[in-house]
Parts: sequence; C-alpha cells; structure tokens
Amino acid sequence: MRGKVAEITLGPVLFNWNPDRWRDFYFRIADEAPVATVYLGEVICSKRGPFFEPLLETVAERLTAAGKTVVFSTLAQVMLKHDRRMVESVCASGESLVEVNDGSALLYMRGRPHHVGPYINVYNERTVAFLARGGARNFCLPVEIPAAVLGALCANTDSLGVTFEVQVFGRVPLALSARCYHARAHSRTKDSCQFVCENDPDGLELRTLDDGPFLAINGIQTLSHDYLNLISELSELEAMGISRFRLAPHTCDMVAIASIFRAVLDRHIDAREAAVRLDAMQVGAPFSNGFYYGKAGGSWTEAAID
Amino acid sequence: MNDDAGYIRPELVCPAGTPAGLRAAIDAGADAVYCGFQNATNARNFPGLNFTPAELEQAIGYAHARGAKVLLAVNTFPSAGKFDLWREAVDYGARMGVDAVIVADIGVADYAARAYPNLRLHLSVQAGASSPEGIRFYCQEFGVKRVVLPRILTVSEIADIHRQIPCEIEAFIFGNIGMMAEGRCSLTNYVTGVSTNMDGVCSPAADVHYVEDADRNLTTRLGAVVIDRVACGEFAGYPTICKGRYVCGVKSGGYYAFEEPVSLNLSALLPDLMRAGVTALKIEGRQRSRAYVKSVVSAFRTAVDGVLAGRDPGLADLLALTEGHRQTEGAFRSKAWR
Repeated sequence: MRGKVAEITLGPVLFNWNPDRWRDFYFRIADEAPVATVYLGEVICSKRGPFFEPLLETVAERLTAAGKTVVFSTLAQVMLKHDRRMVESVCASGESLVEVNDGSALLYMRGRPHHVGPYINVYNERTVAFLARGGARNFCLPVEIPAAVLGALCANTDSLGVTFEVQVFGRVPLALSARCYHARAHSRTKDSCQFVCENDPDGLELRTLDDGPFLAINGIQTLSHDYLNLISELSELEAMGISRFRLAPHTCDMVAIASIFRAVLDRHIDAREAAVRLDAMQVGAPFSNGFYYGKAGGSWTEAAID
Repeated sequence: MNDDAGYIRPELVCPAGTPAGLRAAIDAGADAVYCGFQNATNARNFPGLNFTPAELEQAIGYAHARGAKVLLAVNTFPSAGKFDLWREAVDYGARMGVDAVIVADIGVADYAARAYPNLRLHLSVQAGASSPEGIRFYCQEFGVKRVVLPRILTVSEIADIHRQIPCEIEAFIFGNIGMMAEGRCSLTNYVTGVSTNMDGVCSPAADVHYVEDADRNLTTRLGAVVIDRVACGEFAGYPTICKGRYVCGVKSGGYYAFEEPVSLNLSALLPDLMRAGVTALKIEGRQRSRAYVKSVVSAFRTAVDGVLAGRDPGLADLLALTEGHRQTEGAFRSKAWR
C-alpha cells in the first residue's frame, strides 16, 4: 500500500433526510464511527439547501471536535441561479476543504488545494495530472471504473503525490438529469415538487414491468437499487495504491458498517468474516460489485479470497 | 453576419456517420458535419459506423471543396493506460486539417491544447458543462471556442448563458434526446458492462432483445432488464433505459419514469434560438440512414434560410422522422418540463 494510511471515509448524504435525522446521524458518526473524513453538504438539489444549512456549522464543529476531517461537497449538477450561488458560497470559504463535483467548482477552486469528487469524469492519468497541477489532492473516482483501470491509474500517477478514493459501500450513483424524477413520479414538476423526495430516505425504488428491482430515484439523480459492497476487494484496492474507502450513507446502521470495513483494514477480521457480517445487516437490497470486475454494474461476482 | 430581423446566420451542424452520409449531409446544405473514427474515441462507437483515417482525409477534401467544415468528435473518456488511441485521433485530426476537434475529457483537451495550440477545440455535450462558470473553466484552461450545450436548458437560459461566456454556443435542435445529463450516465454500463463514457456506446445493439408472446405483445429488453412492453400493433421504441416503463410504489401501473420514447424537434423554436445567440444548430443522428440525413438536413436548411428571410419555418414533414412519430421540445420551451 505504498506508505499511504488507509482510511474509511463517509460520503455526503445524497438523500433528502429530515434535518433532525440528518443532524443526529452526524452526531452519532462523530461520537462512534471509525471514519477519518466526513463529506458534508447538498450534492443533488439546491432546493434542499435551506433545510440543512442552519445545521451545517454545528455538525461540522462536532465532527471536527471528534477528530474527523470535514470536507464540503459541492452540487453535482449546476445550471440554475440557486445552484450557482450555492457552489460559489461553498467554494468561497477560504479555510475549509472542498470536494468539487462539477466544472463550475473546478473554476472556483483552481489554484487552491481541493478534492475532486466522483461526479467529475476522471478516467485517466492525464486528467489526474492536469487537475493535480490546479490543486487537486484527492480523487474520489467515478463508480464505473473497473479494477484494471483503477490499477493503471494509480500506477501511472504515482509521482504526483495525490490520493485516490473509491466508493465501497452503498447505492451507486448512475445518472443525473435536469428533470426531477421524484416530482415526476408524483405528477409534479421540479419547481412544484413540495419536497416529496423526503419520503424516501434511501431513494424511491423503481421496479421493471416484470417486477424485478432495478433502480432508485433521488430527485434528479438515479442510483442503483442494490448496494455496492467491495469488502472482499479492499485488500486488492489497497495493494493498487487506493487509500481511501468511501461509504455512502444510508438509513442502515452506518456505524456498524464503518466498523466492519475498519476492522478489515486493521486486519482484525478477514474479508470472509466481514462479508458474513455485512450480509447479516440486511440493508434492504442485494449487494453488487459488477463495475469492479468490468461486468454489468448490477451483477455480483464472488471474490477469489485467499 | 446580421440581417434586418436581428438574426445571426447560424451554422447548420449535421451528422455524418459514414462517408456517404457525410456527402449526403453536405449536398443537402450542411454548413458543417461532425464525425468520428471507428473506435471508442467517439460517442457513437457502433458497428458499421464512422471513418477510417483515409476516409476522413477524403471527406475533408470533399467538404472543404464545397465550403463545408468538418468537426471531429473525440468525445469519450480514455481510461488509464489507453490514452494513446485518443492522442492518435487528435493527431490525425490536426494533421488532416479538420476545422475543429470536439472534446469532452479534460486530459484529451489538455493534450490537444498543448500539442496543437492553433487547433480549434469545441467542448462536447459529453463534458456536461451546464453553467457559465463550468463553461468558462474549459475556455480558460483549454481555449475552447465553442460549447455544445446539454439538452436541459430553456431558450431563455441559453440566452442568459450566451451573455456570460466568452465562446460560441452550439445547441441541439433535432433527433434523439437522452434524458440523462450527457457524459454523466452509467445506466448502460450498469446493465450491460459496456460504458457510455469509456466505450462510446449507449444501449448496445448486441444486448437488445425483442421478445413477442403468444398474443403478439412485445417485450423489449436491454441485457436481462425489461425496458418496456407494448400491446400488439403499438409502437415499441429502441430499448433505452431512460425511455423505459417502470413501476414504483407511488404510482399504479407502469409509467415512463424518466421520459417517453420521443424525439427532440425544435423547429418551432428556431427563430428564438437564433435570437438567443446560438452560433450553431446541431442535428443528432450519426447512426441514421443517408436518406434520413438527407431529408432532415434539407428541411432544416430550408427552414433556417426561411427564418433568415423572414418566412415561416414550416417543418411539419419532420414529424414523420421522429421516434414513434412523437416529438417534444424537451427542456427548451419551459421549465415545467423539469
């Protein structure tokens, strides 16, 4: 693992959680979860911003006091005036760390140290090198990148002094749109949504016409129905040079999830034992890991554990 | 050039999936054509489509002799270790004298801008630059001269962006409309293992299945996933995930969760787009037949010239060429689409 300290990180809450739940969730993470870095902020819809913004400072302070590094995530898709203002204000705070998720945030953060989020298309060494010259220090890579490419990307950027992060748990972000599909499901429009997305704290499940579980809707975002689980691939990822492992927050017990992943990194339990424990958590959907193996993302491949 | 009605004459940018399609588009009145090589370096990497380097060179000769431009799409995202194929595509384009290269990947843009400072760069819709700041990033870093806007903005938002960016705008006016932000969709990969961003394919034909039951109801599938099911005689769209019908807990029965199988047709908005400061009007469809390209390009040539001359665009015939004979103005007319 080339001298990099392996960390568990907690990605931003992607869903429209009730503000009390949102605050309590982070307080518990601060107190109990073995995660080193916590990403905070609204990534999906600028309309949700006002609900969380009053709590942001308190939550960030609590996490920082607990020894966590707090990074503020920016919106993934920016087009409206509200969106633009939101990104500008996140990027304007000179002292805090920012993870950029679209081109406008790249413009604002150019020349200052920052993280690059999974919504920026970083697939190759030349893109990494370019962004690193502009201040990028950590890259959370797009979820669809297969193992072979992850390995090549790490190997070909070894001299740049950047760190790589990949999502290893939770529903996988698959697409963004201008249209709000939550509103559409409720026969409303994005402007008249009445925040119906708050009914689905893990996303609104879409099934196929033959009743197979398929996708999950989160406002303008479409995610997988199943939950990514790369617990059995952790050591391989570490060996490639990936040092940060991101958990995507869900309503299941994220402290327990984080503890299982941490225990594997610490070699306290092996991947097989960890996999059994994760299965026992019954997160509400099957696990998948297809993207890692270069197969259909929603598929599952049994890892070859030695 | 401004005429009396305040319009700037827009460039009509047309698809060229093959050398024959390129000639058809130019003969029908295209001001510019866009095309790609026969590999993963462009976002229409379909069997039987696209150009060899020799074909491109000939095509450039044909176009330039007729005053038309050739724009080379190198608009996918090379994965680590495979950058050489994209580098080679940019090299060919620059050496052969294409009028612009359409890029999406930051690494490819960086390479093209450094290796060929005089090569004109257009920012592909696949780069997903949807705000003035996002667009300015690419202008500032790579000297991008034109941005192809995502199909998610209203005409007045386009006009607003136009005032805040230092480059030209190209906007889609006709053809297949994807529901997801371009360059930011892994749905195909989620179902098939083929990546739209890395491999240049959305809904690969090899994974498409049409299954008819005893009552002649037709089920369309992509890989193992049912995308839609239509009764005998009903129109079944090509199975694209974002145009499929699904079921969810808050609606009874299947519904088009993202969008119905419709095509984009902005012919009625042509005058507005031309007033909004759009430099180039883009027609989608490199995968379409020569006959299709010929009729669509001719119709829009007549319409654009008509608008410039102060006549009604009158494009009723184009409906026959839209998907399922159903069309939409998508996001362009009003925010209510969102």
